[in-house]
Amino acid sequence: MEREGTVRIPSGCAIAAVISRTGRRMSGESIVRSMVPMHERSNGLGGGFAGYGIYPEYRDLYALHMFFEDRTTRKNCEAYLKEHFEIAQSEYIKTRKIPSITDEPIIWRYFVAPLPSSLAKLQLDERELVARTVMAINGKMHGAYVFSSGKNMGTFKAVGYPEDVGVFYRLEEYEGYSWTAHGRYPTNTPGWWGGAHPFTLLDFSVVHNGEISSYDANRRFIEMFGYKCTLQTDTEVITYIMDYLLRVQGLSLEEAARVVAAPFWSTIAQEPDERRRDELTYLRTMFPSLLVTGPFSIVLGFSGGLMALNDRLKLRSMVVGEKDDLVLIASEEAAIRTMEPDAGNIWAPAGGEPVIVRVNEGVEV
Amino acid sequence: MGVDFIYPEFEVIRNESRCIACRVCERQCSNEVHAWSERRGVMMSDESRCVNCQRCVSLCPTRALKIVRSDCRLRENANWTDATIKEVYKQAGSGGVLLSSMGNPNPLPVYWDRILINASQVTNPPIDPLREPMETRVSLGKRPQRIERDDEGGIICDLQPQIELSMPVMFSAMSYGSISYNAHASLARAATELGIMYNTGEGGLHEDFYAYGPHTIVQVASGRFGVHEDFLNAGAAIEIKMGQGAKPGIGGHLPGAKIVGDISRTRMIPEGSDAISPAPHHDIYSIEDLRQLVFSLKEATSYRKPVIVKVAAVHNIAAIASGIARSGADIIAIDGFRGGTGAAPTRIRDNVGIPIELALASVDQRLRDEGIRNDVSIVCGGSIRSASDVVKAIALGADACYVATAALLALGCHLCRTCHTGKCNWGIATQRPDLVKRLNPEIGSERLVNLMNAWRHEIKELIGGMGINSIEALKGNRLMLRGVGLTEKELSILGINHAGE
Repeated sequence: MEREGTVRIPSGCAIAAVISRTGRRMSGESIVRSMVPMHERSNGLGGGFAGYGIYPEYRDLYALHMFFEDRTTRKNCEAYLKEHFEIAQSEYIKTRKIPSITDEPIIWRYFVAPLPSSLAKLQLDERELVARTVMAINGKMHGAYVFSSGKNMGTFKAVGYPEDVGVFYRLEEYEGYSWTAHGRYPTNTPGWWGGAHPFTLLDFSVVHNGEISSYDANRRFIEMFGYKCTLQTDTEVITYIMDYLLRVQGLSLEEAARVVAAPFWSTIAQEPDERRRDELTYLRTMFPSLLVTGPFSIVLGFSGGLMALNDRLKLRSMVVGEKDDLVLIASEEAAIRTMEPDAGNIWAPAGGEPVIVRVNEGVEV
Repeated sequence: MGVDFIYPEFEVIRNESRCIACRVCERQCSNEVHAWSERRGVMMSDESRCVNCQRCVSLCPTRALKIVRSDCRLRENANWTDATIKEVYKQAGSGGVLLSSMGNPNPLPVYWDRILINASQVTNPPIDPLREPMETRVSLGKRPQRIERDDEGGIICDLQPQIELSMPVMFSAMSYGSISYNAHASLARAATELGIMYNTGEGGLHEDFYAYGPHTIVQVASGRFGVHEDFLNAGAAIEIKMGQGAKPGIGGHLPGAKIVGDISRTRMIPEGSDAISPAPHHDIYSIEDLRQLVFSLKEATSYRKPVIVKVAAVHNIAAIASGIARSGADIIAIDGFRGGTGAAPTRIRDNVGIPIELALASVDQRLRDEGIRNDVSIVCGGSIRSASDVVKAIALGADACYVATAALLALGCHLCRTCHTGKCNWGIATQRPDLVKRLNPEIGSERLVNLMNAWRHEIKELIGGMGINSIEALKGNRLMLRGVGLTEKELSILGINHAGE
């Protein structure tokens, strides 16, 4: 059977997310539990989580979470990393043996800092160097895969049901101010763990529910800019689109949302504010190939916030609720109620309307 | 006679029991096939003149007429076919180059027909264009490289000049001269009503049609016929014609007999003189020269008009397109070897150039590999026959398609492929006033609008079926295509998988 990456696998999914606007750190237990009532939305072939604020002791270092097929690959990869990075910490990611999660690869974690001499020689900013290194390992180094590469954040994913994946990775032992979760329903067996969600690049992580019909248009466009879609999944390409729009092109979250879930031309024509109408027209004309069509609900995680977004026709369910300092997002209200039974202000955002939540001003994360 | 005799290709079958001798066929046939015999009191036919344009058949009030292929054939020979032998006879008799019209009719592969389109089932929903919004609007031109912001952080919305189209189809170049005033009027009116473009071809722009400027692409070809400052500024875009799919490597030839009245004035050449476009532009012998012409035209129009460079699909098309993309051009139009023409040497039409499907796929991929796909839009033409051809072309990577033969069919063309005789019975490829007036621009434009609206709806249904609600998300979306009966090599050039993969 072909492994995911050589073949494209459509998937249905469940997503959930929670963020504390005051930056209060919460254990991963609650987000893991939120996936239980959405069990039927997954089929045991993929689950994962992203936590922000989980590595405060290493906040200035890039946390690289890796899958390796064997020890030799890990040694080779380490040698490669050392060309441009100082490795401050290198260790197994702690897991718990449970019957429902099997066939695990070597799951490793590095905390690294780019070497100033490398940055000077390559004349790159450090985020670009990290992004290129991730692309190089994932695209060229067989048997090695970087599945998380941000600062003070990390993703944890596996083939299995999400609630089991949370137990496997001992997420109750991590504390973060923001968490996202994903349960996957792929239509055939992925063959390995890379295709599970979230997808990440630097501190951007994406969980996504849907199958986008624009996939190959998006992929062939974004690959012009140095990204390599090695897994052929929607979430992977959406992650790279977000990185390109936000980091490379410097768009705001709201602007990026107007590119991937662009308002219809007829809506733009009705926009009363001329300046805004011009900007919307400009964005659609500049990035037509980054319009994402087909059903999707995504939660984009980044340092200090979350953005939830539906496709412009709202072809996937997604609800948002609030409770005290928390904002909660999920495919189903049941997941929100599991985390916070008394959550209020529950609403379903309109298609194409981004919901952007940031930690309060002045909160250091 | 004798050795030169070629038995007529068609036979006129007249059902005498139906014929009422109204003589419509006689009046309608510019080739003078039909004639009334006083002596015998019947309609006679001279079949040697018949081109099978179906005009008489279509207008016979009693359906008494049909045209069939003659079965008087030379002895069967798979190598020396009937057509090949007769061409030898013609050339032995005349010493001339054989002329043909419209696109290559030979049974070479039509890749569109070997490509199948995807649809959504279960994992994502197909979308119904009658119930959900579905966008077909596209704009052609350069995309900015970078978002730039002003002091207050607002996006600076300075776009390079673009063409806006309500659907990704334009009427491609056919000159006034090669086709009639009424044909041009029909195209101009229809393009305006549809929110798309038509193209002047290399014959200049008749003064009556300046009103349709916002929906006109003005063409600058090697003969520079009809090119002046007002002409350049009249249209929405300027097209430099480097080549044509039907006749790569040669220029156009409009015989002096067609250079009459308004045509001579519009082309700015004397009446009765042959309008012969040189094979090359004599100021473009290389890519750096093209860059100079592109910028001369931009200077002449104050950088307000996008410049299109149209080339025939030839063997090295990917590298040529890459060069054009770096020449300052905003749009590349690629014309495949099945594209039509008002007149071309038969040998060139039937043997030079490559299929548009392969050319388009390799150009789109090359420009992406080089990271310059955003610098130009790609328009493809050369036998786009239907809405599904358009959808396949967009999914392979085109921004829009050029159609001409389909537009002429809408106007009444029956594809008899004798445009070069100038006696078009349907009033399209002719300048004879009595024939031109047979094409009513009111009706012609309405039929063009109907055709394009039908295609637009079909495009929406096809992309809706794939779960796509904007044509933008189809562009270059090759996963939506699968090949059938194609070799590995063909699939790899097209960049698509085989059906079942």
